[in-house]
Amino acid sequence: MKSLEELRALKEKTKAQMNLRNEQNGLRVVVGMATCGIAAGARPVMNTFVEEIAKRQLNNVKVTMTGCIGLCKLEPIVEVIDPSGDKVTYVKMDAQKAARVVAEHLVNGKIVSEYTIKAEENS
Amino acid sequence: MQIYRAHVLVCAGTGCTSSGSTVLFEEFEKQLKDAGIENEVKMVKTGCFGLCAEGPIVVVYPEGAMYCRVTKEDVAEIVSEHLVKGRIVNRLLEGAGEVQKEEAAAEQSHFFKKQMRIALRNCGHINPENIDEYIAEDGYEALGKVITEMTPEQVIDVMLKSGLRGRGGAGFPTGRKWDFARKSPSDKKYVCCNADEGDPGAFMDRSVLEGDPHVVLEAMAIAGYAIGSDQGYIYVRAEYPIAVKRLQIAIEQARAYGLLGKNILGTDFSFDIELRLGAGAFVCGEETALMTSIEGHRGEPRPRPPFPAVKGLFQKPTILNNVETYANVPRIILNGADWFAGIGSERSKGTKVFAVGGKIKNTGLVEIPMGTTLREVVYDIGGGIPNGKKFKAAQTGGPSGGCIPASLIDTPIEYDTLIEIGSMMGSGGLIVMDEDTCMVDIAKFFLTFTVEESCGKCPPCRIGTKRMLDILTKITKGQGTLSDIDDLYALADAIKSSALCGLGQTAPNPVLSTLRYFKDEYIAHVVDKKCPAGVCKDLMRYTIVADKCKGCSLCARNCPVNCIQGEIKKPFVIDQDKCIKCGTCMDKCKFGAIVKE
Repeated sequence: MKSLEELRALKEKTKAQMNLRNEQNGLRVVVGMATCGIAAGARPVMNTFVEEIAKRQLNNVKVTMTGCIGLCKLEPIVEVIDPSGDKVTYVKMDAQKAARVVAEHLVNGKIVSEYTIKAEENS
Repeated sequence: MQIYRAHVLVCAGTGCTSSGSTVLFEEFEKQLKDAGIENEVKMVKTGCFGLCAEGPIVVVYPEGAMYCRVTKEDVAEIVSEHLVKGRIVNRLLEGAGEVQKEEAAAEQSHFFKKQMRIALRNCGHINPENIDEYIAEDGYEALGKVITEMTPEQVIDVMLKSGLRGRGGAGFPTGRKWDFARKSPSDKKYVCCNADEGDPGAFMDRSVLEGDPHVVLEAMAIAGYAIGSDQGYIYVRAEYPIAVKRLQIAIEQARAYGLLGKNILGTDFSFDIELRLGAGAFVCGEETALMTSIEGHRGEPRPRPPFPAVKGLFQKPTILNNVETYANVPRIILNGADWFAGIGSERSKGTKVFAVGGKIKNTGLVEIPMGTTLREVVYDIGGGIPNGKKFKAAQTGGPSGGCIPASLIDTPIEYDTLIEIGSMMGSGGLIVMDEDTCMVDIAKFFLTFTVEESCGKCPPCRIGTKRMLDILTKITKGQGTLSDIDDLYALADAIKSSALCGLGQTAPNPVLSTLRYFKDEYIAHVVDKKCPAGVCKDLMRYTIVADKCKGCSLCARNCPVNCIQGEIKKPFVIDQDKCIKCGTCMDKCKFGAIVKE
């Protein structure tokens, strides 16, 4: 290593990999990963979130899992929670939908209303 | 770049390794593989979390759930419930049972709430064998800042203004030490690190070395730049194999990255570090003896002055700081002197790490801001005394320190207040004692340690401490007289004023401080021939109360030395000459007929 710049570049790179362990106040993406969720395909949804978020270097977004919230027929369910605790619930997710939620909701702050629980109830 | 959705941190410090964390790590890898999620979950071996009593500790991120006393059998459940399904395994959380899911994060528990982590900030958070993770947490940024933007004088100025004092025990201002060494003219200077942690019950430095070895390397390089040195030595105990191994790995990694060696980060500054292993002599933790040992001689102290800052290692100006002192340095450089000076109390700045042990629930490692009271450490962080016993005293400073009695439990923990009450900060061992502890016995314990570890060079320490121990032994055997107590004072005075090094000069402290606060216990041993705590075996006897004894012979059948005789259905009698005072008879008696006095 020949300069401080090289050190800092390495720091940024490793930091992204360690983000999971740091406290942060950004968005939280919670994927339902109980038996019902997994059976309905929650795993690829979760992986898509993790990969897309890493690809776009969204360092303030944390992906976590949760258990069954009781709406098994709407699984895979994903909730996006902002720092103030406001929640958007997406239902019947798949990998493509997950990628779109990342691009529109997480990056641009625009809720993908057609995937939300509200849209599902109204249909 | 591999992306993981969860990180599993398994403590690989000495405490958790001895309670079986290595097996857990392998079991996790196996279970993750079986579950087919080994590419989603990252396994990390990390340093001490501080809650050694509850080890082995496993922390799972992003939730930050802290699992305690994890066994090999629990691993499958953590993997299938938490990592596959996202359900935290509540029964394994710290203080299991009462904890709600929101409180699963380690930072929220009582143990951590009142703590403030500066020296231990990376311990239990990063992988100590991976320099990249240290760099990601601002590692080597302070060194970079110092050698590219600051003059050595500015570095020393920051250290002076921060108010950082030596964490090894004596509390000498670090900035002033560096300043003396900087101003000593010489062609060669040395930076040394004292990692010869030897106080009974102390393991702060070990945990820093095991959990965050790079912080010590970085700080030593900063010190080297400040005083004008290009060579550092870490003197570490050979009894710390994990710490030694991680230091070796860290030094190699830092060299490979060019963060140690010639022309660091493309500047003119060069600095390298070598390890020297101590062979287990307590006296080698004393600075002059430590340097003599690095030079390859028998580890014995020499008189000061000249001080090491003028004539130290190989007769060259040298600074020697303790591991924990160094662990504070990079943070002070990055956050500024004012930040550090704003933490703690008026005359003691920053935080102090304590290894809390003895009669306390949460045995482990705590880092608190200076000025925190002993009560907060014992009850809020330490969880209080087990089995409903009463707090009697706490011992700080190891064999050089003294005790703090229950009446002074609200004393703020600072360098000066502790000295005022006859104890000292010391390197950070904090041993909690309850009502069953005999203070004469404690004084004897520490003095036995000093007598065994005295290097023998100067007579006051070699002969004086032995004489004091003889008197204490006499007292605990019930053969003491009141004049013995006067002799203890006289010997203590003589040793304090005439011993060659700090270890000898402070050796009488455990006796003096117990005499100061618990003189009545000494009197009880000497005059009444009684040990109030029931510890000194020669001063107590087990007897059978004839009225209560039913003559069942249970005691006699369990006595290991067959010293209880009697006829069935008539009171039994203990032969005091043969009794070894093991207490078995008292435990076995169903009628409460046996008493200890």
